[in-house]
Order: sequence, then C-alpha cells, then structure tokens
Amino acid sequence: MIEVKGLVKTYGAKRAVDGVSFTVNRGDILGFLGPNGAGKSTTMKMITGFLRPTAGTALVDGHDVTQDPVAVKRRIGYLPESAPAYGEMTVQEFLGFIAEARGFRSAAERTAQVDRAISLTHLDPVRRQSIETLSKGYKQRVGFAQALLHNPPVLVLDEPTDGLDPNQKNEVRSLIKSMAAEKAVILSTHILEEVEAICTRVIIISQGRVVVDETPAQLQARQPGARLDVIFRSLTHSDV
Amino acid sequence: MRSIVPLFKREFLGYFRSPVGYVFLAVFLVASVILAFFVGGFFRGGTASLESLFNFYPWLFLFLIPAAGMRLWSEEKRSGTIELLFTLPVTTLDAVIGKYLAAWAFLSLAVVLSFPMALTVAYLGDPDWGVLLASYFGSILMAGSYLGVCSLASALTKNQVVSFVVGTLACLLLLFLGLSVFNTLLSAIFPTWLVDLLANFSFSTHFEAFTKGIIDPKDVIFFLSLSGFCLFLNVVALER
Repeated sequence: MIEVKGLVKTYGAKRAVDGVSFTVNRGDILGFLGPNGAGKSTTMKMITGFLRPTAGTALVDGHDVTQDPVAVKRRIGYLPESAPAYGEMTVQEFLGFIAEARGFRSAAERTAQVDRAISLTHLDPVRRQSIETLSKGYKQRVGFAQALLHNPPVLVLDEPTDGLDPNQKNEVRSLIKSMAAEKAVILSTHILEEVEAICTRVIIISQGRVVVDETPAQLQARQPGARLDVIFRSLTHSDV
Repeated sequence: MRSIVPLFKREFLGYFRSPVGYVFLAVFLVASVILAFFVGGFFRGGTASLESLFNFYPWLFLFLIPAAGMRLWSEEKRSGTIELLFTLPVTTLDAVIGKYLAAWAFLSLAVVLSFPMALTVAYLGDPDWGVLLASYFGSILMAGSYLGVCSLASALTKNQVVSFVVGTLACLLLLFLGLSVFNTLLSAIFPTWLVDLLANFSFSTHFEAFTKGIIDPKDVIFFLSLSGFCLFLNVVALER
C-alpha cells in the first residue's frame, strides 16, 4: 500500500530526513518512533504530499506522490500533529467542508459521511459547538474524524493520542485496531507502550535515518527482559 | 477545478462566522460615507453624482483591503490549517483561486452595499446611471487588484502584521505612481519615458476613467492582468 523509497529532505545544510525507505502493507499498523527532531513528522509530511521531497519518493496504492499528489491525497487520511482545524467553524460545519472538499457533493452523501465520522469518534455531544471552544481531547478527535471521513485505505496519524486522557487513549487505540484489517496505518508516537499495544511493526528513526525496522517482539528480543525505553535509548542518540 | 467551490464557500462564509466580516463592512461603509460627506463635499458639489464617494476608494482600499487580505494565507500558516488544506485533494492553484474569489466576493459585497448612497442621489437629483454603474464596476475591479497584491503579501509570511504592512506598502507604491506630485519627484531622478511607463502601473490612473463613466478595455485588462500576475506569484510562493 505504501512504498517509501529513499526519501530525503534537506533544509539548508541540514538533512532532516536522510534516505528513509520502508513499505507498509494492508493490515499493518506501523509505529513510527524516534526522538524529537529525528524526522518523523517531516517523513509523514512528504508521504502525504504536503512537503516536496528533496530526493526519493513515496508510492501510495501505486500512485507516485511527486507525480500525482492529488491521487495520493485522495487515498490518505492524515491527522497532522496537534490536529489543526478552522476554529471558528462548528464540528459539523468543519467535517461537512472536509467531506465536500473530498468530493462528496450531494448533501445526503455528505451528511452520511459526517454522521459516520462523528459516531466513530464519539463527537455527537459537541457537534454544534465551534471547534475553538473544545477541550484538547475533543479537538484531537475532530482531527481524527476528519482523517477517517472518506474511509481512506491509508491512514497517516501524527501523534494521534497526544493530549488525550488514558481512557480516550485506549479508545483511540481500539478504534485504530478495529480498522486496521483493511487499511495500512502509519502512526508516530512517543509512547512506547502504545507500540507494544497496537503496532504490528516498529520503525525507529534517528537523525533522519531508519535504525530499526522489525516487529515489536523482535525489538524486545534485542535485550530480553529490558524495558522498551531502555532499548530505545540504546538505539537512538539524542538529537539535541 | 471543481474543488474550488467548497474552498470558496468555506472562505466566504468564514467572514461571517466571526466578527471580522461585520466589523469590516461597518468600518468600510461608515468611513466611505464620512469621507464623501465631510471631506469630499458631497452636498457642496451640487451635482447628482457619487464622484465624491468613489474618489476616496483608492485611499480607503489602501488600508482596508490589506486588512481583509492579510489573513488569507498568514492565518492558515500560523494555525497549521495549511497542512490540512494541502493534504486535501486540491491543487495549489485551486486553493489560491478559491480563497481569492471568496475574498473578492466579500469586498464586492462591501462596495455594493454602498447602494443607499446611489439611491440618495437618485432621490435628490437625476444621476447618470451609466456613470454610476461604471464606477461600481471599476471599484470592484480595482478591489480585485488590491486584493491580489495583498494575497501575495499574505502568502509570503505567517505573521499577519508583516503581511498587512507589506501589502499596504506595495499598494501605496502602486497608488502613488499615478500622482503627478510623486511623478514630478521621480522625473528629477529618472528619465521621462521611465516615469511615464511607471505611471501606467498605477491604480489611480486606471481607476479615474471609470469614475467618469468610461469603461476602457485597457483599464479592465490592467486590473485583471495585475490580479492574475499576483495570483501566479502567489501559487509560486506557496509551492516553493
């Protein structure tokens, strides 16, 4: 579903992403780990077609993001970091706009998609509230609803559980898990238990390069008995 | 191209989801009427025309259009919604045109809402409706060009204040080029042919004919091509 080939992004002399390659298949939940500034978000932004890669490319469902970004964008549901949204719109208006921009032109279709996304993410109590008045947890869920709205085959989620309380985190995780069978999912996170809990594969990225690409069990097997954060620390040097 | 419609709708309605739109309309209308009555000598002129109103439009636009245009892109960049916008299946050109047309429609509404002035003139005397319509048409065209410049300024920065200042200065320059005082100053430094050439790029030179009731194709083409050129640069600025 997703094939990332030698992605490079340079900012001036700094190589933020330095030749990242991997593939994600349908049914995979790929956990994207790494210290802050390692290039996780930049890689995701290139896969979703927001940033243009300096070199390399990504194929989503056979479409090259550097050749046909609109086709790629149609197939991806993307939750950007910190879930930006048009704050002055209500949840319903906002999701309606996303639905319309995603090609659901008839009012009936649009309502159906919006209602589906709202019920999946339990946004019903706040659907007529403007987004800027919502709590962080609800805002995050609006971002999530927006990414799920068109039922995309590929989900790219940048820190989907950031800012949620433990119950909400659990709920988001089970939601991702329940959808994973027919989708390819990439999610970035700082929470190592999350990787253990839901991911079928782990990629650790450090200073713009992939240092680990294996299953969570294999990662654990590197140092049997050790906690994941110990293993993580030994594999990555802080980029600070 | 079809995706322009939802972007246009969101942007246009966005003016009315917050106080911004109402404040803008109120300030624009009150300021234009005050200028016409107290500075332009609406009654003293003793003619059934709105020249005293339209003559101030280039000056009023100078401050109000940068205020309306500064948020177009700066706001999206600052709040991060630009990431959302450009991971929807829309091209940069669609987004630029959709937002521009929405803002232009809003400004046209502001201009058209001055119609009670026209009714007043019709009540007091017998105005030349051709001249009035030409003036309205010219004002809307000129507003489009001011907006093109300001939209470009907005695409260059995520800071709305910088965007406002740059937009105002660029418009100020384009306005001053046509003033004879300014041109006399310029001809002291530059050769006459260059000054004449520059004067052709002025808002005021091209707007004047409209207020006299003359719709000259070269003025129409000037405003449209200036807007088009700015939008082209706008796309380039966003894609870099």
